[in-house]
Amino acid sequence: MTGSTTPNFARGTWLVAEREIMTKLRSKSFVISTLITLLAVLASVVIGSLISANPSLPTVAAVGSAVEVVESTEMFEVTAVETRAEAEELVRSEDVEAAIVPSDSAESATGLTVIGLEGTPSSVVGALSVAPEVEVLEPATQNPGLLYLVAFGFAFIFYMSALTFGLTIAQSVVEEKQTRIVEILMATLPVRVLLSGKILGNSLLAFGQIALIALLAGVGLLATGQNILLADIGPALVWFVVFFAFGFVLLAALFAASAALVSRQEDMGTVTTPIMMLIMIPFFMVIFFFENDFVLGIMSYVPFSAPIAMPIRVFLGTAEWWEPLASLAILLASTLVFTALGSRIYANGLLRMGAPVKLKDALVKQS
Amino acid sequence: MLEVQAVSRSFGDRKVLDDVTFQVRPGRMTGFVGGNGAGKTTTMRVILGVLTPTSGAVALNGAPITAADRTRIGYMPEERGLYPKMKVLEQIVYLGRLHGMSTAQAKESATTLLERLGLGERLDDTVESLSLGNQQRAQIAAALVHEPEVLVLDEPFSGLDPIAVETVSSVVKDYAAGGAPVLFSSHQLDIVERLCDDLIVIADGRIRASGSREGLREQHSEPRFELLLDGDAGWLRAEPGVTVVQFDGGYALFDVDELTTAQRVLQRAIAAGPVLRFAPITPSLSQIFKEVIQ
Repeated sequence: MTGSTTPNFARGTWLVAEREIMTKLRSKSFVISTLITLLAVLASVVIGSLISANPSLPTVAAVGSAVEVVESTEMFEVTAVETRAEAEELVRSEDVEAAIVPSDSAESATGLTVIGLEGTPSSVVGALSVAPEVEVLEPATQNPGLLYLVAFGFAFIFYMSALTFGLTIAQSVVEEKQTRIVEILMATLPVRVLLSGKILGNSLLAFGQIALIALLAGVGLLATGQNILLADIGPALVWFVVFFAFGFVLLAALFAASAALVSRQEDMGTVTTPIMMLIMIPFFMVIFFFENDFVLGIMSYVPFSAPIAMPIRVFLGTAEWWEPLASLAILLASTLVFTALGSRIYANGLLRMGAPVKLKDALVKQS
Repeated sequence: MLEVQAVSRSFGDRKVLDDVTFQVRPGRMTGFVGGNGAGKTTTMRVILGVLTPTSGAVALNGAPITAADRTRIGYMPEERGLYPKMKVLEQIVYLGRLHGMSTAQAKESATTLLERLGLGERLDDTVESLSLGNQQRAQIAAALVHEPEVLVLDEPFSGLDPIAVETVSSVVKDYAAGGAPVLFSSHQLDIVERLCDDLIVIADGRIRASGSREGLREQHSEPRFELLLDGDAGWLRAEPGVTVVQFDGGYALFDVDELTTAQRVLQRAIAAGPVLRFAPITPSLSQIFKEVIQ
């Protein structure tokens, strides 16, 4: 008889991974949700550039000699009118935020009077005021609004991706158990090949999606002329992708292992909840504490939150050059440990049908 | 030759297999029968390496079986399963490739098999859209796609209609005719009786009987004969060495002390008048089965 030989580890793993990838790529819901995510990223880049490129200046009406003074500040859109009455009319009709007229009082330092409608038009007053010299002792390293966006962006992308692909792995494991094809697979391939194929396939998908998002964000920033922003985010973005790769493998192994404990999709929620917590808690911690250096510092070394927290610290500039490497080493070590544990649970759980298997049994007993 | 050597397996305190030893000879259809929970599926899982035995071993062609050997086994597990949303052909090709075939080889083999099994029209349908009987045929294709050298089939005929049983058994028999050892289990004793060359009976994790079908029959049959005469067979009662079990005019069912007695009875019957029927009574498989598992 011909044709049949043992596929080696790499080939077997790749075959399993290939099936996982093809199945996912053929799912319409996956393709559509990916497209929506990419569109959202593109939209936020474009909208961001529109907002920063066209800051709308306060509109004012100016009279007589005030016109020249006001225009020279280049901080207003000026409508020149003939009389103070006309200017007041424009303020009343809310066509302009304020009117600026030459001051009647000789004591006025600026020689101008600002006329508001209901209160002091502070943006106009601020622009015309003489400011004292300012020195900042501890300048913020990044614009707080941008920092929030970056923190939230990293946290959200990691959260979404880990959940989507983690649950995909879990579902695929349970599907194989539920349809019992797992026995054919186990008779054909070593269990570790099966597990690595699943992890590899879904990691590649998740990684591909993240890389696509990062690429699109980078290209979008360049295309809309926001080069400075890209230079700020770039290194953090690269670290994020690197941390994501390993952080995801860790979660994937846990998802596969926990799913192997049950035989039906209905029971999956029970066993995957603890892992969802491991994804959700870092997500909320980062959202709440991204401005707290101490908490962020700790989180940047905990394997489950490091993929989000460390890139944020890189972005903030609070991480020494060696810190991402140290954290990556910790992540790598825990990925190895958890993958080994996970594959043991996976192997022991696969053939047990019926009621969910107890974690202790799956860890201890050999089948 | 596939050999199971003194295999025992326990789950916790429960001993599911106890010193199980048997052989599956090349080119022979070997039926594996036993009640529910007798240990058939566990034995097959041990052969495939899905379960490791507590003690004992499995050997192929005289050497301990290796992982590489196992990929050359065609296995149909009791618990049926294919990916429900995958297309039939694609799925069988995938399984062929997992066994180390190239895509082209796997495709050719899968197409030929599926056509032979009557699924030629359904190659691009998803598995879940097939009827149960057709899913079962696809399952057979899944076990055979990589042109295995040994077949281990757990209940290959359950859930099939009589025509499908014919189709599937002819495919499997071809494998045996090609020299492959074939082990199959079934609850349908009439099918086993028709198909098997050798038979293994298991109960409570122990092998109760094994050997060729004819050998087992002889071993378990009383030397019993039936005779139908045109005239009265009353003289039979007086024959030495004969015990009449049932008697009705010209018909008699009788046991003999030795086979020559039966020949003597036949000669005498012919001398007395026309003999309509004279035959040894062989027990059916289900009779043997009931007898050995007691």
